[in-house]
Amino acid sequence: MTNNFRLALAKDLVIALEQGDELEADKILDNIVGDKENQLFQQVGQLTRQLHDSMTGFSLDSKITAMTENEIPDAKERLQYVITMTEQAANQTLNAVESLLPVSKTLNEQAEELSKKWERFLDREMPFEEFKSMSAEITKHFNESKASLLQVQNGLNDILMAQGFQDITGQIIKRVIDLVQELEVNMIELIKLAGGAKTGGNKRKTPDLPGPVVPGMDDKAGDVASNQDDVDDLLSSLGF
Amino acid sequence: MKILVVDDFSTMRRIVKNLLRDLGFTNTVEADDGKTALPILEAGGIDFLVTDWNMPGMTGIDLLKAVRANPELVNLPVLMVTAEAKREQIIMAAQAGVNGYVIKPFTAATLKEKIEKIFERIDG
Repeated sequence: MTNNFRLALAKDLVIALEQGDELEADKILDNIVGDKENQLFQQVGQLTRQLHDSMTGFSLDSKITAMTENEIPDAKERLQYVITMTEQAANQTLNAVESLLPVSKTLNEQAEELSKKWERFLDREMPFEEFKSMSAEITKHFNESKASLLQVQNGLNDILMAQGFQDITGQIIKRVIDLVQELEVNMIELIKLAGGAKTGGNKRKTPDLPGPVVPGMDDKAGDVASNQDDVDDLLSSLGF
Repeated sequence: MKILVVDDFSTMRRIVKNLLRDLGFTNTVEADDGKTALPILEAGGIDFLVTDWNMPGMTGIDLLKAVRANPELVNLPVLMVTAEAKREQIIMAAQAGVNGYVIKPFTAATLKEKIEKIFERIDG
């Protein structure tokens, strides 16, 4: 509907209303609205067509179907494993800290108590009987310190080893990022398809270096070593 | 004894370095992939190489092959510490001349055992 035509219709409408010709005014209004409705129906029709085409394209696009069927659940399981690993590392660290804090507190208290006594001894304020008992306490403190410090060292090593999660989970997350990027590319292709443009196919390649074994996923085919013993067995079978 | 630790994750390099220190090896150098490791090795003075496999730039397996192809480095003991666990990969590393293979995640005891084994074989 051209602007001039609309203007003419509007003028007619004003005239009809001024003259009190309701019948004519209604007719003109119907004319205007009817045209808008037609346009709307056409647009809906177009959108439906596009949606239909997109859906057809979507189901035809096996890449995306495969991704939604396999790789997204696969990525979810991998991320789940990341949660498990980070949780284990956090627990291992917290366990070590929780077991070591009382050890260091006890050592600290003993040292403080002994150093007070030692000062009294240096100031020559300590009777001989008390000196004898202090000597025994010092011997006891040394023995306990040795054992406690060994415990601290082991705990610190546990904390050190727990940090290995960062490497493993980092590798797994990198793989999931690759998947998300690939999905993004495919979604863009899908959008282009909906817009009428043709898409080129690209195949998902399996990584050359599969990286960390996610239990229950990557060890299904039985072609991976699931622990160090497997590695050692394999190497010794090769004459190592 | 000077040891080169190669891994693209700095956390893993720190873990390995700390474990080595615990075992009495205090002289360590770091590199974050094969490309940066190779010049350090070629400059000489490295007695032991601990390397990851999957690294950007140059992978550990390529580094191992480069080491074995270099007459100066052909006998350098190499321990691979990696998350790569496919049987064919382990075989590939063995064929390329690796001296030990530890899969991540590993324990301090495993690393210690493998390192000691490598040195036993060299000394013996």
